[in-house]
Amino acid sequence: MAAEVRRSAQGLELILSGEWGAREFGTLEAELAAVPLGADPIRIDARGVSTLSLSGAWALHQFLARAQAAGAAVSFAGGAPPEQLRLLDEALREAAAGAAGSLPETAAAVAPQGAILGLLTDVGREVVHYGSSFRDGLAFVGQGTTTLLASLPHLHRLRPTSIARHVYDTGITALPIVALIAFLISVIIAYMSATQLRGLGADIYVVDLLTIGVLRELGVLLTAIIVAGRSGSAFAAELGSMKLNEEVDALVATGLNPFEVLIAPRMLGLTIALPLLTVVADLVGLTGGAILCRYLLDMPFTQYITRVDGSIAPTTFWVGIIKAPVFAVLIAYAGCYHGMRVRSSARELGHLVTVAVVQAIFLVILADALFAVLFMKMDI
Amino acid sequence: MYPVVEVQGLVNRFGTQVVHDGLDMQIFRDEVFGIVGGSGTGKSVLLRTILGLHRPQAGVVRINGQDITRMDEAQLRHVKSGYGVSFQSGALYSGLTVRENVQLPMLEYLSLRSKALDDLALLKIRLVGLAASAAAKYPAELSGGMVKRAALARALALDPPLLFLDEPTSGLDPVSAAAFDDLVLYLQKELKLTIVMITHDLDSIFRTCNRVGVIVDRHMISDSLEGIVNNPNPWIQEYFHGERARARLGAAHGA
Repeated sequence: MAAEVRRSAQGLELILSGEWGAREFGTLEAELAAVPLGADPIRIDARGVSTLSLSGAWALHQFLARAQAAGAAVSFAGGAPPEQLRLLDEALREAAAGAAGSLPETAAAVAPQGAILGLLTDVGREVVHYGSSFRDGLAFVGQGTTTLLASLPHLHRLRPTSIARHVYDTGITALPIVALIAFLISVIIAYMSATQLRGLGADIYVVDLLTIGVLRELGVLLTAIIVAGRSGSAFAAELGSMKLNEEVDALVATGLNPFEVLIAPRMLGLTIALPLLTVVADLVGLTGGAILCRYLLDMPFTQYITRVDGSIAPTTFWVGIIKAPVFAVLIAYAGCYHGMRVRSSARELGHLVTVAVVQAIFLVILADALFAVLFMKMDI
Repeated sequence: MYPVVEVQGLVNRFGTQVVHDGLDMQIFRDEVFGIVGGSGTGKSVLLRTILGLHRPQAGVVRINGQDITRMDEAQLRHVKSGYGVSFQSGALYSGLTVRENVQLPMLEYLSLRSKALDDLALLKIRLVGLAASAAAKYPAELSGGMVKRAALARALALDPPLLFLDEPTSGLDPVSAAAFDDLVLYLQKELKLTIVMITHDLDSIFRTCNRVGVIVDRHMISDSLEGIVNNPNPWIQEYFHGERARARLGAAHGA
């Protein structure tokens, strides 16, 4: 028992004992809450408390406030109240003088204003928010483009070493996973189409489906999606933590343009790496198709190659590969833009990295759809 | 009187680089102990070792008589609830407001109702001299001095009798640094804290510390403030009697 209550002729006597630390706060509060309060005077004996921590003192402080409200006169055994109570009063008084006005103000700003008005406010706020983030995005694209155009004529301002590093990071290290996925995709197409086409006796068209599917669409699209997940997130996380660390500010203060130093090399590096990765994905996809056709359809390699040769138009490969640099720019843009939007916290960083990847994948698929329409209109 | 923190024969090595070689240190109740040393002498490693963040190659670290180098996670967790730490850069959780930062250790170690949680957090925030309005702010919205104070409030969350401060006044202007020193002294006196602080700030040392430990040649020389100033070790002489120190020392002795 940390607080023992005795009733005497003079009123209540409260004998406090034991440890009054932060750990005991819950028990202390419960025990003090159980003390019957009335107009009877209360005498508190706190001399048995071994350590009265601030939390313990706060519990006692709250109790005293309640006792006072109930009209009870409080006195302490041994004369003065414990030291900690004075400290508490001091801390509360000091700060209360300085900060009384500021809290209600913020409360008023978020106060409910009625359902319709609230809804309108929310809609308005979101519209303004989206409008301004759209404008920021455009400004980012504009600034990036002008910087790139300005530095294009000067080779050293393009930072070849930095570009090479990004080609390595986003391209070479991605080779195994891109190759594996391209192979698996060719397996999926071959199996699915083989089961359907075999019933019609049109097995040979599996090769057409594979070749055109991989070269025109799937090779580049899946590579872009993998790269968006790998490098889009890496760009955003890298730039975001540099922002948090004030490294970007340091660059600007040194007179360097972060677009030139950080963003252009990433854009260019990825623009070089993604088409190369796509070529690899196409090759592995077609090779996978050859192996599949050999063992699934008993088609000799020579026949497969002849058939591949016959099924592709001169444009088939280029229609796929031409999309790669566009996708690369979109991915680099989404990663860098959201990375640079990080301002203050680790949580924001996580959120913006997620946004970067989702937006990169969305932009890639949107662009692919536009390309599909464009190529159909162009008849290729 | 047995020491609150006791380090014996501490050895810390990273590869071939020996940081501490048989370092001894004792910190007693109710004192403010300053740890001083040149850059790279392993002040931070020493602090990390005492906090149980780094396991030493050899040696004993006792907090309240218990050797923490031989503890498992559960025991260590209990010891950790008995001290507060404020890191050099504040290390406030950037995704949480100041109030939530202070409440985090409370939520972890105590079972409190949300009213009590808010009251206690606000109490700690006011105690370190921050306005109540600062409670709802995020660390990014605070000034350097406020970050240090908020970190101190978080270190005080569990009412620990022992407090570790890593360079509490670094990066503050002299006026704020002096105010922070006063705050540390005030809290030490009122809450009967034992405080261990790593510092480079001579003003801070002369204002707050009872005893000082200097890390030289992978060992620690510790003495009263008066004693350490008169220690014949050349590095200590240079530190306390160099160009930068002379003016301050004169002022401190004159006062």
